[in-house]
Parts: sequence; structure tokens; C-alpha cells
Amino acid sequence: MTDVAKHMKSETVEQHEYDVVVIGAGGAGLRAAIEARLQGKRTAIISKSLFGKAHTVMAEGGCAAAMGNANPNDSWQVHYRDTMRGGKFLNNWRMAELHAKEAAERVWELETYGALFDRTKDGKISQRNFGGHTYPRLAHVGDRTGLEIIRTLQQKIVSLQQEDFRATGDYESYLRVFQECTITELFTTGSGPGAPEEQRRVAGCFGYFRDDGRFVRFDAPAIVLATGGVGKSYQVTSNSWEYTGDGHALALRAGATLINMEFLQFHPTGMVWPPSVKGILVTESVRGDGGVLRNSDGKRFMFDYIPDVFREQYATSEDEADRWYTDADNNRRPPELLPRDEVARAINSEVKAGRGSPHGGVFLDIASRKSPEEIQKRLPSMYHQFKELADVDITKEPMEVGPTCHYVMGGIEVDPDNGMSVVPGLFAAGECSGGMHGSNRLGGNSLSDLLVFGRRCGLGAAQYVDGLRARPAVAVDDVDAAVDRAMLPFSSATDGGENPFVVHLELQKTMHELVGIIRKADEMEMALKKLADIATRTRTVSVEGHREFNPGWHLALDLRNMLLVSLCVARAAVERQESRGGHTRDDFPAMDADWRHLLLVCSALGEDDVELVRREQVPMRADLFDLFELDELKKYYTGDELGEHRAGSSGQGNGA
Amino acid sequence: MSSHWHHFRVWRGDADGGELVDYPVEVNEGEVVLDIIHRLQQTEAQDLAVRWNCKAGKCGSCSAEINGRPRLMCMTRMSTFADDEVVTVTPLRTFPVIRDLVTDVGFNYVKAREVPSFEPPPGLAPGEYRMQQVDVERSQEFRKCIECYLCQNTCHVVRDHEENKPAFAGPRYLMRVAELEMHPLDVADRRSDVQDDLGLGYCNITKCCTEVCPEHIKITDNALIPMKERVVDRRFDPLVWLGDKIFRRTGS
Ligand SMILES: Cc1cc2nc3c(=O)[nH]c(=O)nc-3n(C[C@H](O)[C@H](O)[C@H](O)COP(=O)(O)OP(=O)(O)OC[C@H]3O[C@@H](n4cnc5c(N)ncnc54)[C@H](O)[C@@H]3O)c2cc1C
Ligand code: SF4
Ligand code: SF4
Ligand code: FES
Repeated sequence: MTDVAKHMKSETVEQHEYDVVVIGAGGAGLRAAIEARLQGKRTAIISKSLFGKAHTVMAEGGCAAAMGNANPNDSWQVHYRDTMRGGKFLNNWRMAELHAKEAAERVWELETYGALFDRTKDGKISQRNFGGHTYPRLAHVGDRTGLEIIRTLQQKIVSLQQEDFRATGDYESYLRVFQECTITELFTTGSGPGAPEEQRRVAGCFGYFRDDGRFVRFDAPAIVLATGGVGKSYQVTSNSWEYTGDGHALALRAGATLINMEFLQFHPTGMVWPPSVKGILVTESVRGDGGVLRNSDGKRFMFDYIPDVFREQYATSEDEADRWYTDADNNRRPPELLPRDEVARAINSEVKAGRGSPHGGVFLDIASRKSPEEIQKRLPSMYHQFKELADVDITKEPMEVGPTCHYVMGGIEVDPDNGMSVVPGLFAAGECSGGMHGSNRLGGNSLSDLLVFGRRCGLGAAQYVDGLRARPAVAVDDVDAAVDRAMLPFSSATDGGENPFVVHLELQKTMHELVGIIRKADEMEMALKKLADIATRTRTVSVEGHREFNPGWHLALDLRNMLLVSLCVARAAVERQESRGGHTRDDFPAMDADWRHLLLVCSALGEDDVELVRREQVPMRADLFDLFELDELKKYYTGDELGEHRAGSSGQGNGA
Repeated sequence: MSSHWHHFRVWRGDADGGELVDYPVEVNEGEVVLDIIHRLQQTEAQDLAVRWNCKAGKCGSCSAEINGRPRLMCMTRMSTFADDEVVTVTPLRTFPVIRDLVTDVGFNYVKAREVPSFEPPPGLAPGEYRMQQVDVERSQEFRKCIECYLCQNTCHVVRDHEENKPAFAGPRYLMRVAELEMHPLDVADRRSDVQDDLGLGYCNITKCCTEVCPEHIKITDNALIPMKERVVDRRFDPLVWLGDKIFRRTGS
């Protein structure tokens, strides 16, 4: 790091200029940056943590792509259908289509960057089973697939930098990583009061370096948000400190919209014991590889929880379920591999009915189903994790598991083809974008989503920059305001503001208890009241000391993002009066076709309030609609909507 | 749930200096050192600087020295210490301190850039790569690396030897070369890079790096020693030597 102003008190703001700025260095951000650089754009990558440590590193199970290596019957159409079913047909179908069509190419491309996936006997990429996927589809490396993907992308970036070095003598002439740098504001033109909406464009962003607290601004006409999820608003989560919903909140404040925020994925299997690791993920591969769920009576309870819509695809007896692992074509799948929302709710019900494990979860048993050697080979990091953190040997004993807040389906509303939000120049990819997964994401569909839409956003951003006549300028007043907002927690200290850690715990408790896995109207109304109070307290949290690597200050600034995102979640959850995917209402337990075609869209009202409107989804294109049988669609669609199907329209001659 | 009080000592300070500060702190069943550091942050030391991400030994962010031993804080259980044992946490010694437990690990990113990248085989399109599991496994072992830099911190070639840093990439990046050498489809010959530019010759196979690796990668036995053997083979092979000379002449 430079020694510029280590103890500086007057606010100099370091300044950089780029064509494309990518905020986030996980799978989505890195793939976007690679693409922008390949398009000849000078690109900056910004991340809160060190390069190579983003959340993607934690992904375990695999990356879904219909390569057909394990079962030749697989195709993009089958993957598309699985994705739409998993999301209960609320997905943005165009995103799901692009994802299913392009995932395989994106995975193969990683091999040309040096990735080493596990292999099949004939030397192709091996693919494993996962919940909701018809065929074994997840490319993987043991249970550390995310590490392989992030390292591969990181190393590709280094190789591009080496190319640039050979050409220009400077590694960073086209691609530079700014690590441990947190972005706190986006700048747009036409943002002042009364400025016409149509003049609004991205102009840059502002943030601070975590190590010495110095401020920095990036002037750039295109910004890609790839900031990941929001799990830190919840008490029990598989997510790290980085998941404070920054991208979601930055986009809102810049005038963009969020969709589907009521849909949060509670992963069915998080660790429940010891308390300090509660929430840490136990990969779904344990079940994909044969692990089963049992209650305190030793019963495989998932057979009791197969919902009607999935009756035909899932086994009804243990024998059939067990045969499926070796003969998937002639047997139905084990119900342990139902989509995550179903499994999470089932576990919740078993625990509530008093059939839980000693520490309030259920048992996940692989020990009695696979040999110790196989377990250690297929699930090395799970073996390690339980051994070191819980003192449990998973080759001998069952694990105790329970639901944990894992993934946010909701996110920034974007154009499916190029990833641009409603604000020109502002793009989003990966977990912080919305639509692709509908009401529930299938396991393995995130890593592939990152690659497909990361690339599309990088390309979209480059094309957008090419089409600009002039670069939007950052307004000096906006920079001053950003500095003031960032410094606020220090000035609040003199006015006796609260400790941000205390306010954060309160926020987590509120969301966990009142807008958690099972929701009720009165509880959510209560949550909204509490959030209004937390909003006031968030504005005045105070921190002491200095700006050098000060976690209290960092949290104080993250807190306003968590609050805004939590408001969106709670508002949308109150509004949607049905249960679907990652949104379960105790008071409206059924899925309702009249809600399927409605999106709930949030936009910001000032610093800490949101507005919510309903919007109709664009109906699915006819050729995609026809990929499904009418009988299946009937479970999700209203009668009116079904008229578009081939079975319905064929009798009436050819419609449009 | 059982809990007890434990005596913690944490190094507090910055590049200009610092000291060990004593903290009595509550410890609950099942907790790891990182939990205790977080408890301090939430109570009496709001501005205590520490890096972490996954809290599950997967990201390699939380490296520190605990009672003098380089370890991941998130994977060090408090139950491994006696109740009356003082637990001392200090930053990695080989890298410059930024603040408290956070060091400037930039050295590693510089070295990463000096390792020539994967060179894909010409003429093979994406989707056409075929490799056997047994052949990828050797490199896969090295790709388990979470870049915690504990091995880099431990290796005596650079620990307390600032002067060796420019010439020595450290075990993690020497292993990266081995990983690419053993990649079934990489087409580059990396043996002169690793000896001349990255300083493999400095390594005298003490295995201290292997001992601290939280991923239990056999860095010395499986990466460094085989690389040394390959380098020796090459240097003493007169045909290779001649080939090199000719290649260099036409190439330059
Ligand atoms: C334990 C676990 C296991 C998982 N396993 C799988 C799996 O097997 N398969 C699968 O498909 N999915 C899996 N997922 C989900 C998947 O890993 C994530 O959804 C995905 O990695 C998100 O990637 P991303 O690129 O969107 O963001 P991330 O990888 O989270 O990266 C976000 C980046 O944004 C940066 N950032 C955030 N805010 C700011 C800011 N304000 N300023 C600057 N930078 C910022 C962060 O520093 C980080 O670099 C798993 C998730 C978890 C938690
Ligand atoms: S084996 Fe070599 S690289 Fe490893 S610690 Fe010893 S000298 Fe350093
Ligand atoms: S080789 Fe092991 S010790 Fe070294 S950086 Fe990688 S994981 Fe850490
Ligand atoms: S926090 Fe990720 S390894 Fe410790």
C-alpha cells in the first residue's frame, strides 16, 4: 500500500478513472472483469476482502451445466425445466433459458483457464446428483468446487495481467484489483432533486480502503455490481461478514429496482452444534452422494413430505429411493433430494413436532450408507469440518443439521440479455441480481449463474461504454456528501449514539424471529415496526477511534445496507399472500396461481425507506412454454394463461 | 452449556510498534480462537483488527500465530488449551503489520504474478479436454490450497530474512509451479523459471511448510522435492541443454 496520508485528517479523496468498474471479486465479478478486459476495456475490480477470498470460495457441491457427461439424456431443455420447476415458475424465463443454454460452454471454458474438475472414466468432467436436477449435472472437485472456480478465475486474471505486462510493461494497465476496499456510494448524473429521470446515468462510485481508511473515488461510465448476498441480516446463516447486501442497497439508492426480495433460501442442512458454528453449511452433496435424513425415531421422514406437484418424480419407498442411486432411469429420486425449500420446511416441522435431535436439528446420516474411505474421498472438507469444529467423525456418526439462511433469490432487476438495471450504466450479476432463480434456487445453479451472467454483464458493460458519446461527470457535491456520510459514525460519537454491534444483533434477531423461515402477517408487521426503530438507531450509531482497519466503523456503514435490504424483505413478505419457494406463510400455506405472475418490485424512498409495487411478469415464450406438459403447468398456472400452450391452442388453429 | 474465563493476550499495535494486551474473556463450549477475538470486538475492543471470512477453514483469511504456532484462528478450538493456559495471539511475523492481527500480505500477490500461467494445448477446443482422474489428482492436491500463507510465513528462507524475499517465491508459489508442471495438458516447460526466477534452490527441504499447512498438503514431499528432481534431470541432460541453446538463439 502507499503511505499516502496514513493518519490524514483532512479528507483527500484518491481518484481513479476506468472504463468499467466491477464491484465484487467472486465468481460473477471476476468473470465480468475478464470479459470487459477481453473487450479491450480498462477495468477495475474492487472487493471488501482479499483477492481470492470472496464468498464463492466457500461453495462446495458443484456447478450445474447440462454437459451430459454422466447421462447423455441431459440437455439444456431438461436443465431449463428443472430450473423453472425449482423456482416454481416465477423465474425470469429468459434468464433461465440463457443459463441452461450457456452453462456448459462456460464450464468448458474454465478448463482452458487451467481448472481441474473431477473426471469420468472416459476422461470428461464428472457430474454429480443434486436436489431438483433430473440427471447428475454438477461439475465438481470433491466438495471444494467454489475454491476451484474462484482460483481458476483469479489465475486467469493474473494471466491476462501478464499479457498486458508483456505488451505495456505494466501489469495493471488494463486490469487492476483494489482489494480490501468497500464501496459505500454510487454516483449518477441527474441525481439532484428535480433532475429529470431520463438524464440519470452511472458516473462512478466512492468508498474507503479498509486498511488505512483513506477515501477513494472511481470515475467510470459503467459499473457492474457483483456483491453477493444478504445473509448477515439473519442470526443463523451460512454467509460471511461480507454478505451485508451492499450491492442491493447501492443499486436502490442509485435509483434501481429490486425484485423477489421475499424469497430467501434457507438451506436445510446447516450445522447446529456447537453454538459458535451454528449455521455453517453442510453441503447438499452429502445427500446427493447417498446421505439420508432421519428424525429421533430413526425414521427417514422425508417420505412424508413429498408435495403433490412433485409426486411423480419422487420415490415412495426406501427401496426404490436406494435403487435410484445406481439406476436412475428406472427408479424415482429419493425425497431427500427434493428442492431445498421443501426439505427445510420438513426439518422445521419434525423439530417442532418434538422429533428433533438433541441440539434442535435432525440427523443427517452418511456413516451407515457409505464406507469410510468413500466418505473421505467424496466429502473431504465435510469430514474435516465436523472433525475439527464439532468433534464428530462423520464416517462413524450421523451429523446434526438444521435450516440456515443461505441464499437470496431476490436482487437487482436487470435486462436478462446484458445485465443492465433500469439505471443506464449500472449492471448486476450473480447473487445480487434477481430473477434467474424465481422463488427458489436449485443447488449448483448459482456457480453456473455467476459464469453465464458474469460474462454477459462484462460484455454488456463494454458495449454500453462503446455506445456512449461522452462520459458522465461525477458531481463534486456528491463526493462531499459521500465523505460526510462515511464520517457520520465518528461525529455521532459525541452525541452518544449506540454501539453498531448492538444494533446489528437486534436487526438479526428481528429478521430471524419475525421474517424467518415460516412467516405470519402479525409478526411481520411487528418486524416492520422494529425496523423503523432500528432505522433511527442506524443513522446515529457511533464508533470510536480511527479509520485504520476499524471493524466497528465498517459495521456502522454496512448496517445501513442491511437495514434497507431487510426492509425490502419484510415489505415484500407481508405483501405476498401465498407460500412459494423461499417464502412460506403460516397464514397462507398454499401456492396460489394468481400470485405466480406477479413480481414485487422495491425502490428506495430516501436513505432508509422503500416503496413496493406489483408488476406483471412477461409471459413465457411459446416454444419454451411448450417444453412442459400441460398437466404439469396446470399446477402452477391460471386457466387463462394455459390457453397459450400447444395442447390448448392446437385445436383452435394456429394462434400468433 | 459450560463456560469459563480464560486469559487471552492479543498483540495490539501498528507499523510503528505495539504490545501484548491482556484480556480476561469468557469462553463457551465448542468455541474457537476466532470466536473469542469476535467477543472482544463486541465488548471491550471494538476496534481490534482481524481478517476472517468463512469461519470454516475454507478461505484462508484468519491466519495468525497462536502461542507462537502459525494457525487458522477459526480452526483452533479453545478446548485444545488447558483452562489455565494463557493464549497469546500475534500477527504473522513474516509480513509487515498493518494493525493488530492484520498484516500486509502483498508479497504473496506479487509472487503469484511471477509464476508463468497455465498454457493450454494448442488446437484443443473447449469441451474437448480429456484427462484421467489419476492424472489430475496430483495437481488437485495442490489446488486444495486456500492461500492462508501459513507456509509462506513459516519458511525460514524468508522468516526473519527480508533480504531473500526478492529472489524466493516461497513454498506456496513453488508448489504452484509444480501444480502446472504436473497438469496433464499444460504445454510449458517451467523448470528454469522455478530454479532461476523463483528461487527453488533456496529450499533445503526442512518440511516446516508442510507441518503448518491446514489443508495437509504434502508441499515438500509431493511438490518441492519432485520439482528439484526434475530440475536436476534437465540440467544434466546434455540434449536438453543443447536444445535450449538452439531454441534461445532462434527465439531471440
Ligand atoms: C457455504 C456455501 C456453499 C455454497 N455452495 C454452492 C454450491 O455448491 N453450488 C452453487 O452453485 N452455489 C453454492 N453456494 C452459493 C454461491 O456460492 C454464491 O451464491 C455465489 O458464490 C455468489 O457469488 P457472487 O460472485 O455473486 O458473489 P461473492 O462470491 O459473494 O462475491 C461478492 C464480492 O463482492 C464484494 N463486495 C461486497 N460488497 C462490496 C462493497 N460494498 N464494496 C466492494 N466490494 C464488495 C465482496 O468482497 C466479494 O468480493 C454456496 C454458498 C455458501 C455460503
Ligand atoms: S521445505 Fe523448503 S519451502 Fe518448505 S519450509 Fe523448508 S525450506 Fe521452506
Ligand atoms: S499450501 Fe497450505 S499452508 Fe501454504 S498457503 Fe496453501 S493452504 Fe496455506
Ligand atoms: S475464516 Fe476462513 S479460514 Fe478462517
